[in-house]
Amino acid sequence: MCGIVGLFLKDKSLEPQLGAMLSEMLVLLTDRGPDSAGIAIYGSSAAGHGKITVQSPSPEADFAGLDSEVAKEIGAPVAMTVKSTHAVLELPADKLEAAREAISTLRPDARVMGVGESIEIYKEVGLPEEVARRFDVSGMSGSHGIGHTRMATESAVTTMGAHPFSTGPDQCLVHNGSLSNHNNMRRKLRREGMKFETENDTEVAAAYLSHQIATGKGLGEALESSLNDLDGFFTFVVGTKNGFGVVRDPIACKPAVMAETDQYVAFGSEYRALANLPGVEQARVWEPEPSTVYFWEH
Amino acid sequence: MATSNLAKAVTHEDQHAAKVFDLSKTTLRELNQALHDASEGSNHTNWEIINPKGSHAVAVGVELPLQIDVRGSVGYYCAGMNQNSTITVHGSAGPGVAENMMSGTVVVKGDASQYAGATGRGGLLVIEGNASSRCGISMKGIDIVVRGNVGHMSAFMAQSGNLVIMGDAGDALGDSIYEARLFVRGSVKSLGADCIEKEMRPEHIEILQGLLDRAGVTDAKPQDFKRYGSARTLYNFNIDNADAY
Repeated sequence: MCGIVGLFLKDKSLEPQLGAMLSEMLVLLTDRGPDSAGIAIYGSSAAGHGKITVQSPSPEADFAGLDSEVAKEIGAPVAMTVKSTHAVLELPADKLEAAREAISTLRPDARVMGVGESIEIYKEVGLPEEVARRFDVSGMSGSHGIGHTRMATESAVTTMGAHPFSTGPDQCLVHNGSLSNHNNMRRKLRREGMKFETENDTEVAAAYLSHQIATGKGLGEALESSLNDLDGFFTFVVGTKNGFGVVRDPIACKPAVMAETDQYVAFGSEYRALANLPGVEQARVWEPEPSTVYFWEH
Repeated sequence: MATSNLAKAVTHEDQHAAKVFDLSKTTLRELNQALHDASEGSNHTNWEIINPKGSHAVAVGVELPLQIDVRGSVGYYCAGMNQNSTITVHGSAGPGVAENMMSGTVVVKGDASQYAGATGRGGLLVIEGNASSRCGISMKGIDIVVRGNVGHMSAFMAQSGNLVIMGDAGDALGDSIYEARLFVRGSVKSLGADCIEKEMRPEHIEILQGLLDRAGVTDAKPQDFKRYGSARTLYNFNIDNADAY
């Protein structure tokens, strides 16, 4: 099954509530997937400012002194906020790649969850309610975000196998379904220089879109080409720095419902995820068509 | 019988105050148990369910002739296996509404998601908005009237009963259809394997008029519809049709 949610705010006055709204939406879909849960939030960003979300199985050891050690390696100031097994490092945007390298050398057991100017990713094994509480997601503000509760069908139940998958700067993807050509596509993308950390099919979809975007395509065009190149049953919800996209395969048997008002665009695997959103009774509610790309950008 | 079921509902409401179930306070199990426990001849034939908020399996397996009004949108499988009762969803319905209905009437005032009325054996399902993909898949005697459009693969392997589509139909309508009748007023994006357009003879006009009457539709003429059904070329295996199976 798996449950997906997404929320793209048009009304800035709702931004302080993004984390609360998104985590409530995800908790409502808990029984679609008990294995792991995750959320990506696009928070505030300042020009020239970058963020790296790092996860560690032994956070006390790995996060101690990580900020000052990375700062020394990259020769720039680093601010760090630790939340349970995750830490967000904030540093100058032009040092993001150097910092990522430094982290992999300094803390080989730690994993980089996401990199960008505004994205933060929190994901762990467990139910959405536990994951949201652990990382205090409901206290977070932001402009848009996506979330996932997983019932594992492809690859192991691990933190790294949880969604969202982020394979490019400020990009992330959540998926309900299963891809049938992910092994072949992974091989192709590896030849193109993409790196993979899991055997998960969703990571391939994320990397496919990141690769398309890296070759100069816009979000809408990248999603269009996924319909030709990815095979299987899928509903994807995708975030970029300024955008939010949805696409379903031609059979479209994985459930999806969307709602749009003047204040937001919301996605849920089921309507009940949307039922508590403000003004949803007056929203335009529809089921996205098969093989049809929907996207919004700020 | 040309009486609309919607008209019948008003009479019920006049007779008895509705028994209200608030799903924000009552569990779904308690609701469905109470509906199953309702006894023949009880005065409480009129039920109202509030705050469904997309809940699954609302009013499933009801056997007695109850009038049930659901105020709001429901999730999966609302009114599944219905017998005899009239269930009105004053909102939209998720996947599998009225799945395997045996008899009675289900009305969805809003839109319905995938496989509405799937495998239904009898009764009437009215969707006042649009239905999604696979509407009436494997229908086995149910009658379905959709005021709006239906999605792709509707009436896939439909065996008997009638599907009336007042709007447009998506891709592969009636793929591998058996003896169900399909009436479409709007356009058909494409027909599925072994589904063909058929002549509207007087008996079909009569059947369709009866269906429109039962669904309370007064703004459509049967003459405006086209009829589709099985070409019956897939009934027996023929190697020349191998690609279509």
